[in-house]
Amino acid sequence: MDYQPISGVWSYVAMSLKVTLIFTVVMVVVAYTTLAERRVSAWIQDRHGPNRVGPFGLLQPIADGIKNILKEETLPATASRVFFILAPILVLFPSLVTFAVIPIAAPLPTPAGVVDMIIADIPIGILYVLAFSSLAVYGVVLGGWASNNKYAFLGGLRASAQMVSYEVALGLSLLAVLMLAGNVTLTEIVWQQQQLGMWFAFPLSLAFILFVISAFAETNRLPFDMPEAESELVTGYHTEYSAMKFSAFMISEFGHMVTASALMATLFLGGWDLPGSWDNAHWYQGQLISGFAADGSVILASPALWKTLATFGGFAAKTGFFLVLYIWIRWTLPRFRYDQVMSLGWKVMLPTALAYAMLMAGTILTLDEIGLAYGFGYGLVLTAVSGMATVGFVFMLDRGRTITGAAAQRTQRIQTKTIQVGEAGHPQPEEAA
Amino acid sequence: MTISVKVMKRPAPESTSYLRAALSGMALTFKHMVNPTKVTQQYPEEQTELSPRWRGTHVMEVHADGRPKCVACGLCPTVCPANCIRLVGGEDDQGNRYPIVYEIDEFRCIFCGMCQEVCPVEAIHVGRHFENAEYTRDRFVYDLDRLMEQDHPSTLLWDPSDPAGE
Repeated sequence: MDYQPISGVWSYVAMSLKVTLIFTVVMVVVAYTTLAERRVSAWIQDRHGPNRVGPFGLLQPIADGIKNILKEETLPATASRVFFILAPILVLFPSLVTFAVIPIAAPLPTPAGVVDMIIADIPIGILYVLAFSSLAVYGVVLGGWASNNKYAFLGGLRASAQMVSYEVALGLSLLAVLMLAGNVTLTEIVWQQQQLGMWFAFPLSLAFILFVISAFAETNRLPFDMPEAESELVTGYHTEYSAMKFSAFMISEFGHMVTASALMATLFLGGWDLPGSWDNAHWYQGQLISGFAADGSVILASPALWKTLATFGGFAAKTGFFLVLYIWIRWTLPRFRYDQVMSLGWKVMLPTALAYAMLMAGTILTLDEIGLAYGFGYGLVLTAVSGMATVGFVFMLDRGRTITGAAAQRTQRIQTKTIQVGEAGHPQPEEAA
Repeated sequence: MTISVKVMKRPAPESTSYLRAALSGMALTFKHMVNPTKVTQQYPEEQTELSPRWRGTHVMEVHADGRPKCVACGLCPTVCPANCIRLVGGEDDQGNRYPIVYEIDEFRCIFCGMCQEVCPVEAIHVGRHFENAEYTRDRFVYDLDRLMEQDHPSTLLWDPSDPAGE
């Protein structure tokens, strides 16, 4: 059977359905991530968490939403009114709009043609994600500045410094992915992972680790939540916000988490790809193919509804894994000190990502020169090279060479101290000469 | 006088590792996450057993025919340190004294239990009860009918000759 992409009136219908569906699903996932965060944190601390509203507390996010809408909106007298209101909008928008370029499942066949399960398969793909995710920092900085509050302002400043620092490492770790995939669209990256026979997390293991760390920093999650830092800055950039405006900041934080998780799943865990080649489908010269035969001729794909559903389930599971990882790490690791964040970003992540990009570029060039075909063997060689780089990186990070507590640093070690005290046990005032 | 302060010896920087510490921390939190035993008490379903000497809101004991046991002697408003009991006594044709008004302001009450101790006819008691939520403040002034309706158990008084309660 010959599959054609959907066109004409039905393509508009399909597009509006997809936009509505994906937006709704993302918002619902965001809402339930807040619940998952509270439940998982409770389990980690041997508690139950919110389990009163509805079965297993499943209606809690709805109750929270209603509460936030009904609460009083405060507007500080000295705040800059326009920017104060603009900031939550600016921060919410990029976190939701980036989901448009992430493919969520295998193409779906309909009587009117095949529907790609992605809102916008634009040629700039990953660059669009990077561009829009960087825009979110404007909302954070603006919110911190417009509040006219010292703590909020400090939070905004920290957010900008941190975003700038980790954006570099994020982009450089992506470079390896783009070199291996040879394209920047996310559909192509998924297709190349299917062609390679393994997910990019293995042949590009160090890029995967660097990307995960940078993504944690980019989304301002612990251990990188310097902009919020409850114990230092009240709650940082959204100190002055209340009710739905505060909620918008929360939604955007969790929205960023969901988008970053989906992105990590797409770039390094094969996106919607499931093991085996039965689900592969990609547009190649106007045909929907599932791969190439040994002689270079194409093998036509046979999309089906159950394949779309199964691959969507795989994508959801991978994204969910990263979301749980986010929450799990948040409730395990304490926050870094500010100078540690900066030194990790500039002294560790940036040089490592740069060196790794060079190493991968060299390896890929060498393999292409040798003439090894793009496939499983190609992936294995890259896995071996990356594995060695990862071991080296972990060895360097380990043994306290880069991140240690202040107490472990040599200059901070004090052995004993003697204090002169008076009768009542209070330190004695020094005698005037 | 000198005091020497002990400073805990920290591990040397060569032997500390952030990565290993982080991973062991993750393993620990994971163990707690999947551990089904939780410490939270699921309150409305699971009730705490109150001590027999718990002193909560009051109970007025009644006779079999439904009259309050109170004889309006006036000892409880006299002994009450918080001055929260209002009593207006009356006398019927047979010369039996009874309370016309008996009100306890539970907001003022400090739950010392002296009213129960002083009562000669064991009429007023503090009770083993703590769920007292109301929608309005004036509902916290318990009148005689309300006190007689209370059905929670009354408090066991501390006995000086048996301090451990055995």
